[in-house]
Amino acid sequence: MKQDTDMNRRRFLGQTAGVAGLTIVPGVMLYEVQARPADQAASSSVRWGMLIDTRQCDTGCTDCVTACKTENGWGSTETKSSPEQQAQWIRKVKLTDKQTGHVQSLPLMCQHCETPPCVDVCPTGASMKRADGIVLVDKHICIGCRYCMMACPYKARSFIHEPLTDQKPHAPRGVGTVESCTLCVHRIDKDGTPACVEACNAEGHKAMYFGNLNDPDSDISKHLKQHGGEQIRADLGLNTGVRYQGL
Amino acid sequence: MVFFCKYMHKLVTLAGVSLLLPLTSQAVDLMPVIPKAKGQQCVESTDKMRRNHMEYILHQRNDTLRKGIRTPKYSLKKCIECHNAPDKDNRVAHISSKQDHFCSSCHTYVAVKIDCFECHADKPKKTQYHPTSREGH
Amino acid sequence: MKAIRYLQIEGRSVGYYALLGILGLIVAAGGLAALYMEHNGHYVTGMNNQIVWGIPHVFAVFLIIAASGALNVASISSVFNKKAYKPLALLSAFLSVCLLLGGLTVLVLDLGQPDRLIIAMTLYNFKSIFAWNMILYNGFIAVVAVYIWFMMEKRMNKYSRYAGFTAFFWRLMLTTGTGSIFGFIVARQAYDAAIMAPMFVIMSLSYGLAIFILVMMASYHWSERELGDATVRRMTNLLGVFIAAVLYFTLTYHLTNLYVTENHGVEAFILRDGGLYTQLFWIGTILIGGLLPLFLIYFPATAKNRKMISAACVMVILGGLATLYVIIIGGQAYPLEMFPGKIVESSFFDGGIKAYTPTLAEILLGTGGFALSLIMVALVVKILRVLPDNMADANVDPHY
Ligand code: SF4
Repeated sequence: MKQDTDMNRRRFLGQTAGVAGLTIVPGVMLYEVQARPADQAASSSVRWGMLIDTRQCDTGCTDCVTACKTENGWGSTETKSSPEQQAQWIRKVKLTDKQTGHVQSLPLMCQHCETPPCVDVCPTGASMKRADGIVLVDKHICIGCRYCMMACPYKARSFIHEPLTDQKPHAPRGVGTVESCTLCVHRIDKDGTPACVEACNAEGHKAMYFGNLNDPDSDISKHLKQHGGEQIRADLGLNTGVRYQGL
Repeated sequence: MVFFCKYMHKLVTLAGVSLLLPLTSQAVDLMPVIPKAKGQQCVESTDKMRRNHMEYILHQRNDTLRKGIRTPKYSLKKCIECHNAPDKDNRVAHISSKQDHFCSSCHTYVAVKIDCFECHADKPKKTQYHPTSREGH
Repeated sequence: MKAIRYLQIEGRSVGYYALLGILGLIVAAGGLAALYMEHNGHYVTGMNNQIVWGIPHVFAVFLIIAASGALNVASISSVFNKKAYKPLALLSAFLSVCLLLGGLTVLVLDLGQPDRLIIAMTLYNFKSIFAWNMILYNGFIAVVAVYIWFMMEKRMNKYSRYAGFTAFFWRLMLTTGTGSIFGFIVARQAYDAAIMAPMFVIMSLSYGLAIFILVMMASYHWSERELGDATVRRMTNLLGVFIAAVLYFTLTYHLTNLYVTENHGVEAFILRDGGLYTQLFWIGTILIGGLLPLFLIYFPATAKNRKMISAACVMVILGGLATLYVIIIGGQAYPLEMFPGKIVESSFFDGGIKAYTPTLAEILLGTGGFALSLIMVALVVKILRVLPDNMADANVDPHY
């Protein structure tokens, strides 16, 4: 029963979030609705996911990337590392069709697979999937072997090559461990939306949706049902939580 | 090996801390200067905290990261908010300052290496969501 | 035929101490490099978020699979009951453990958090090949240790065959496991192939035996003991077979890959357009690691010459390192195939061929591990009775 109310509340939030971000002072909605109680574990009745409409995504725009950097504190923190060594949780990828020259643009980050290869290969269990489908690195037990980076088909993970200071309290990250997009798990646990999605919508691009894939009435599920959403490297059968339209 | 040493150190710490408690009055200058906390009362008694804080946060870290349980009681973020609050000149200690940072002051004294702050923020910072997430918000 | 006596080498010559000194220096340099890397973080290496495994892994994987191959001689003597190999079984077993320890040391010291080794030893994710390998490696050391004990302790001699059997199967699993580290990576074009595991087994036989022959000839030469041509001949013949087998597997691997259109890109990269990787493949793997040593081993004029045989073994080792470089690093340099038919560009180096320039630190770490293995062997033959004092042909039963 309790779960049901929870679901309703999320559904309600999912539907209004896009509007709220534009019209009302954003924080207000979030404070009025109560998040999943802090002492309750994330549940598998929910599966968080994202939908990216590449047709709305502009080649030059990096709002989502900037938002992620600001939110999670990566980007300018690694001063000694070379550009090849610096972490990137999310990046903009430009695709040009070899045959037609057609250009597309999309943000690429951890795809939060249902069966993540990084979790399979991790020797210690540091690479893990939360009950609600969010793939995370437990840096407490990550030994920095980088096998997960070898295994990820999306190159979504980064290794930290130098000691860091001044991290964000909600986004711990440090030397010798591996990290990637957390789907802004700290926000989700307070019923928020990932920073990238929020930024994309706030700027009016409307290229990113976030919500519960297990709830047929959520905004994202309806969109997916109506317009479809492809997976990158669908051939691997990973059932990714991040889907793309217009690939 | 290093890890094993850490455990040995932990034992030594426990012994060390408990031994030192009655000595405070005589051996003041030998003691680490432990910075004052902001709040009135910690989540457990001082005695318990001294002995068991590592257990509390170890347990909490698994609950929070792996299950998403975010109760504030043993949250490391809360420890830092209270024990490393900005002083009246708005200065906060960095983990590398062996006297001024709450965790460092004691851990340096008892020579127990901690790696919490390789990843975790060593000082409080207001988490504010960035509705439009522009740099500088 | 005399009974075989195992004797320590004297180990008091200038040459012996010089050997220890040089190896010791290389080990020390490797140790310092590891400290330096741990203290600064991996930014001091050439490894990055595109090439995540580098030179240390080339050395580590080489040593680990060579360890399993170094057990050949012991396996042949106990599993296939060939008496001629028996006297050298002990050396073979010790060499095998030493190589494995050297390789594991490199692997561990390259971790981002080497002091969390205890976590890797206590928390196992049983879906992970890597975790299985931890068990396989530790188990291998234990199994071979028992085997050595049974061989060295008279009363246990009668059981040594069983221990030999166990060690034999264990080492096959070990190399299969190591090969599977790569074989199970579905994401990367170059790795996703079942043939990786058997190929690693064959490679291990070849590299391990090459190191064994070198160590054996060096020990006998430097300790001025006799080593008969028949013994050497027997082993180089075997090495020749293994080298040919590696070449065959390499061929099969690339041919089957070429059959699948999806893999044409990566094959063209390794075989034709890869610059360094292409050179390493053709010159390193095929020429130096394959054809040349085969020639030296089978050409009558060189086949009996110990110097030439040593050269052939060294070539096999160099070729092996080149092969692993191409597999491990070349396999990562080639971009992930995420968007077929598209040109991919991004700030994260998607789409292009990735560059990798190793730094001194990581090379020293790798060579340090190799030297560590060898120094352990050098000490073992001095401290323990491992080496038969006379391996002249007359002393060894030639009919098996
Ligand atoms: S780097 Fe860390 S998270 Fe990744 S496989 Fe290794 S231990 Fe697991």
